[in-house]
Amino acid sequence: MANKEVLTGAEILIRCLEAENTEFIFGYPGGSVLHIYDALFKQNKIQHILVRHEQAALHAADGYARSTGKAGVVFVTSGPGATNAVTGIATAYLDSIPMVVISGQVPTSLIGNDAFQEVDTIGITRPCVKHNFLVNDVKELASTIKKAFHIATTGRPGPVLVDIPKDITAHTTMFEYPHTIDMRSYKPVVSGHPGQIRKAADLILSAKRPVIYTGGGVVLGNASEELVEFTRLVGYPITQTLMGLGSYPATDAQFIGMLGMHGTYEANMAMHECDVLIAIGARFDDRVTGELEKFCPYAQIVHIDIDPSSISKNVKVDIPIVGAVDSVLQEMTKTIRESGQQPDSDALANWWAKIDAWRSNNCLKYDRDSVLIKPQFVIEKLWEVTKGDAYITSDVGQHQMFAAQFYKFDKPRRWINSGGLGTMGFGLPAAIGTKLAFPNEEVACITGEASIQMCIQELSTCKQFDLPIKVINLNNRYMGMVRQWQEMFYDSRYSHSYMDALPDFMKLAESYGHVGMQIEKPEDVEGALREAMAMKDRLVFMDFLTDQTENVYPMVAAGKGQHEMVLAPEKETA
Amino acid sequence: MRHTISILMENEAGALSRVSGLFSARGYNIESLTVAATEDPSLSRMTLVTSGPEMVIEQITKQLNKLVDVVRLIDLTEGLHIERELLLLKIKAATSTQREETKRLTDIFGGRILDVADSNYVVELTGKGEKIDAYLKALEPSWIVEVVRSGVSGIGRGNKSLQL
Repeated sequence: MANKEVLTGAEILIRCLEAENTEFIFGYPGGSVLHIYDALFKQNKIQHILVRHEQAALHAADGYARSTGKAGVVFVTSGPGATNAVTGIATAYLDSIPMVVISGQVPTSLIGNDAFQEVDTIGITRPCVKHNFLVNDVKELASTIKKAFHIATTGRPGPVLVDIPKDITAHTTMFEYPHTIDMRSYKPVVSGHPGQIRKAADLILSAKRPVIYTGGGVVLGNASEELVEFTRLVGYPITQTLMGLGSYPATDAQFIGMLGMHGTYEANMAMHECDVLIAIGARFDDRVTGELEKFCPYAQIVHIDIDPSSISKNVKVDIPIVGAVDSVLQEMTKTIRESGQQPDSDALANWWAKIDAWRSNNCLKYDRDSVLIKPQFVIEKLWEVTKGDAYITSDVGQHQMFAAQFYKFDKPRRWINSGGLGTMGFGLPAAIGTKLAFPNEEVACITGEASIQMCIQELSTCKQFDLPIKVINLNNRYMGMVRQWQEMFYDSRYSHSYMDALPDFMKLAESYGHVGMQIEKPEDVEGALREAMAMKDRLVFMDFLTDQTENVYPMVAAGKGQHEMVLAPEKETA
Repeated sequence: MRHTISILMENEAGALSRVSGLFSARGYNIESLTVAATEDPSLSRMTLVTSGPEMVIEQITKQLNKLVDVVRLIDLTEGLHIERELLLLKIKAATSTQREETKRLTDIFGGRILDVADSNYVVELTGKGEKIDAYLKALEPSWIVEVVRSGVSGIGRGNKSLQL
């Protein structure tokens, strides 16, 4: 590529994205980005995926980013294009997903004039991006794009928005893409402090009742191998947050399940009783801690995180280590090995005996003899049929929790869900981005009849781009999680949580050109899943009519401590 | 506890709103905030006065450091430092009592009368916030026409400095 040419801003933008090895742009054209779309038309290196709503462009880029670890790239136009993107930007921000969002803006001469399709995109997105830029001069465009990718993908990742006024995309300048960038105000820490790591190693080795608690940071930091090595070395129980699932194999005996509001009994009890808590790439979110006053009352806490502001935000920690989780874990493992010391095996044996006793409660049990389809059963069967190796995206609600509890993820980046923001409508577009990244892998979207309708128009995108996703719709005719809270905390006053006037999902899928299936009986679940998975080149929308009364257990209710769980009540047959 | 934080940040459009937005979004107190370019026009210096429990102050400094536009910051409260505030005051000076009393108090506090008009004066006074409070308290309230305070500017004493 000739590196010095006079190009328009629009052409420069495309060249920058090529230089960043962008494979896909998820977007939707409009007035302010017409020059950009024209430049896009004239190239063939990057594929543009036309979504049906800008929110879906963000979620699709997000699914791509979560499954690959690379930055997702989005184009939206000014005004409504940008405001529609906000939910997706915030979704990525809360889960620290690397993303570069290019938004069109009205020409610089019109900014501030309440021009057609003008909003203050920089102002609107400021609280939900890692950083944003307004490009005022075409000469700054290339370096701004470089900075955007640099900021989005380094340190604690996150979405970066670049707002480009239309006239800038028409102006010309000499194009030269900077190979490196040095920002005096942005220098993320990489390696942890050796003294802190030694102190932490001593504490970890002295533990009698240790727990390893890991979060999304291990997935984002590609530190799965290091985590497995460390965990096996010490032999301690490990629990993971919703965002952390997959970075340690869920089928391994040391894994004691997800923790938190819908975590396992053994994980939450172990947290409550532990004397040393090793938190890795996790942020002590309220869904994890429950009531802070009651959180881990006996524990000394080690916290490894790349973001200093995550440390001692909610819970005061004893040994903070700021650094990238992979390098810190490598150092930690090395330090422990070289110390020649071993964990206290007697204490550890007693601790495991206690954990096994908690485990024997079998807290995830459900009625397997039900004549109605239990959502848990569908997920278990999906896990079996896909051999636990599919990419699973999900929406938000009960089905998301069932997926997290019952699909045992053994690999990182296979579990793709909106954990922090809890965005309904995330699952299907996220599956689009994932399937594009991994066309030969099985990609299933676990959803519910309420969530799926928030971005159902993307079935059209799936048709246009031939994306044979499997949609697992756990249809209980309710916003299940809302209904569950109303049942438990509002005396069963089901205020507006019933989904009336549902479409015929089979016909709906068919009208978009896909295959629709409806499954009503438990005995048909496995066969239907096998049949759907066998249709390698078709999107299959599987509408499972599930038990309307099923709730997610265990549950730590708001304001309760981790050890104060509601376990499944003796099941009344529905 | 009250903390005075000095921040060096990129002199970019919107940098100030990133700071003020952070404070409102996270519910932090902001007592005063002053900002202007430094001798290096690419940098702004901000002095921010806030208050809260130590854990909150720690979060505030971490969150500020996390802003991409923030180059460096120090919590001045951790060491010896100087704080100053500027007061511009418009006060009635229509009667001889008003003129004499204002002149007398302004001298005592080390202020200056910058403008003398038919019926009012403009006074300039710099000092710590407490001194300005005391000066305003000493004046007859019904004479005060306008009070303009700059908010706090701060700098460390001795070798402690905030620079690149």
